[in-house]
Amino acid sequence: MKKMKKALSIVMTAALTMSLAVGCGSKDAGGSSTGDAETIKIGGIGPLTGGAAIYGQDVKGGAEIAVQEINEAGGINGYQVELNFQDDEHDAEKAVNAYNNLKDWGMQALLGTVTSAPCIAVGEVAYEDNMFLLTPSGTAVDCVKYDNAFRVCFSDPTQGVESAKYIGDNGLASKVAVIYDNSDVYSSGIYEAFAKEAENQDFEIVSTATFTGESNTDFSVQIQKAKDAGAELVFLPFYYSQAALVLQQAAGMGYSPIFFGCDGMDGILGVEGFEAELANNLMFLSPFTPTAEDPKVQDFVKKFEEEYGHTPNQFAADAYDGIYAIKAAMEEADIKPDASSSDVCDAMKEAIVKIEIEGVTAKSLTWDASGEPSKEPMVVKIADGDYAVVE
Amino acid sequence: MSFISYLINGISLGSVYALIALGYTMVYGIAKMLNFAHGDVIMIGAYVALTAMTGAGLPPLAAVLAAMVFCTVLGVTIERIAYRPLRNAASSLAVLITAIGVSYLLQNVALLIFGANTKSFTSVVSLKPISLAGGKLIISGETIVTIACCIIIMIALTLFIKKTKAGQAMRAVSEDKGAAQLMGINVNGTIALTFAIGSALAAIAGVLLCSAYPTLTPYTGSMPGIKAFVAAVFGGIGSIPGAMIGGILLGIIEIFGKAYISTQMADAIVFAVLIVVLIVKPTGILGKNIQEKV
Repeated sequence: MKKMKKALSIVMTAALTMSLAVGCGSKDAGGSSTGDAETIKIGGIGPLTGGAAIYGQDVKGGAEIAVQEINEAGGINGYQVELNFQDDEHDAEKAVNAYNNLKDWGMQALLGTVTSAPCIAVGEVAYEDNMFLLTPSGTAVDCVKYDNAFRVCFSDPTQGVESAKYIGDNGLASKVAVIYDNSDVYSSGIYEAFAKEAENQDFEIVSTATFTGESNTDFSVQIQKAKDAGAELVFLPFYYSQAALVLQQAAGMGYSPIFFGCDGMDGILGVEGFEAELANNLMFLSPFTPTAEDPKVQDFVKKFEEEYGHTPNQFAADAYDGIYAIKAAMEEADIKPDASSSDVCDAMKEAIVKIEIEGVTAKSLTWDASGEPSKEPMVVKIADGDYAVVE
Repeated sequence: MSFISYLINGISLGSVYALIALGYTMVYGIAKMLNFAHGDVIMIGAYVALTAMTGAGLPPLAAVLAAMVFCTVLGVTIERIAYRPLRNAASSLAVLITAIGVSYLLQNVALLIFGANTKSFTSVVSLKPISLAGGKLIISGETIVTIACCIIIMIALTLFIKKTKAGQAMRAVSEDKGAAQLMGINVNGTIALTFAIGSALAAIAGVLLCSAYPTLTPYTGSMPGIKAFVAAVFGGIGSIPGAMIGGILLGIIEIFGKAYISTQMADAIVFAVLIVVLIVKPTGILGKNIQEKV
């Protein structure tokens, strides 16, 4: 028995020593992560599976096309670019895990994350690490609350304000109902700004109803309230998968107002089996339409369709512009593959406010130090089962 | 007028809960175990029906039958592989945890096979909605079919358990497994049959759930599954009419809570009512009060 204990203690000591050695080893590797690299490493995070998968997949696709184009044209500052895109399933915890994986891989700048809640979580750790973060589509205010974070899309409040202005300026309705998800920062963020701006506009919010969470499938009460209040337009600031249910249930209740959504509505025609005519009264704020005549947009759409077999949505476009913004900022700051992510971050946040790019989401995209982009909004209307820009 | 329309919406939501709760309560009543994977069997049933309709082009009724057959086989297989070896385990927790494991397994398998994208379910109900009071009240075809199915299944199950030999065996097993075995009842076979029936019911519930709320993802079954479990407890778990009453009441409370109190508090209200009911009547509305003999 005593012998065994002794043997065990030796084994345990050995194990402990080993683990210490391994620990040091991995730390060393982490410190010099980009030491012998010949490429500029850009990380990406977004939901490739789960309820918001359509966004993550398109962001990945759009980013890949941009990286491919950049590499064919000679890379950034003469170095090839490598993109590593990780799945977060639209989950904050998984997003932070993905971020840590990317950091071990040697990421120098991050394109992501795609959705708001994970983006806020990753934003915290990225700030502690001083990692440059550019989210293509994280719309929540807090996504860019630190000075190392920027975004390509509009923020939630901007979307709320622009939606209210658009409805008021174009006289779409005098009575408006709102249904929003009060458990989601994206949805409630837009709602609050919308309600505030509505006071300055020529319409009245006659009904406000909420629902909680993604698991909610019954909207009968919320629709009934809007219907009873006589709303001519229902504002739906949430994602398309639930909006599809609202449209179906409203049609079942014999209620057909104008429906107005924000960028989360993009993709509704991609829901398998969804009857496109239900969406004929649907308008939404979107920075990108694949049918626009701009040759740059046409070229991007063509490449995307060849590669992935479907039309890109605005998330793909945001990601495409995001990669080009990173490229422009890296060129401005003269970033090399051996620069540490912290040095890259310090240089890039100075550089990004100086650049202006011509992208597929806007003719002119610029940034200020707050992290917000400056560009023109656009409204899309669904007609005859397809998206069309409203002039 | 809006009161009646809320009531109709409540009944239509509740009838879906009731249908799911029937399967829960049946398995609990006989096998004395909570099959937390029930909600996910529902989801699988809906996917099978959808695939049968859109992929194989079967008519709706044949698709429902295909889903029932598939879920029956699935339910019996789950019982044989995951639950039966644990039935005599020291702790009844083992089987409960296994059921949660099976639930996640089914969700992730569905994620692998069918992908994460939301699919829109084509309703199997071709009944036209009934429009009352000049179009102010609309009762959808799905609601009518769901309620009819619920009542038919409830009566059929009650008769089956009360009148048939297999039903008698089920009651015996539920009273005392050991004694039932001594009387020559095949306990394993009886419990397998219970799972077969429960899973076939899950397939029907899945198809009707997705007909009424036409989106389908690998997570579609989980929240209705939990609500239906609450409904079963509410009505008195183990009681078949209790499941029906519990389900419909739960639906009505949820919709009224949303309509008249707060749309934000709907779920909190539902669960608060459950707590009150359980404090006043711990066995649920129709639950039997069985005294433990020491």
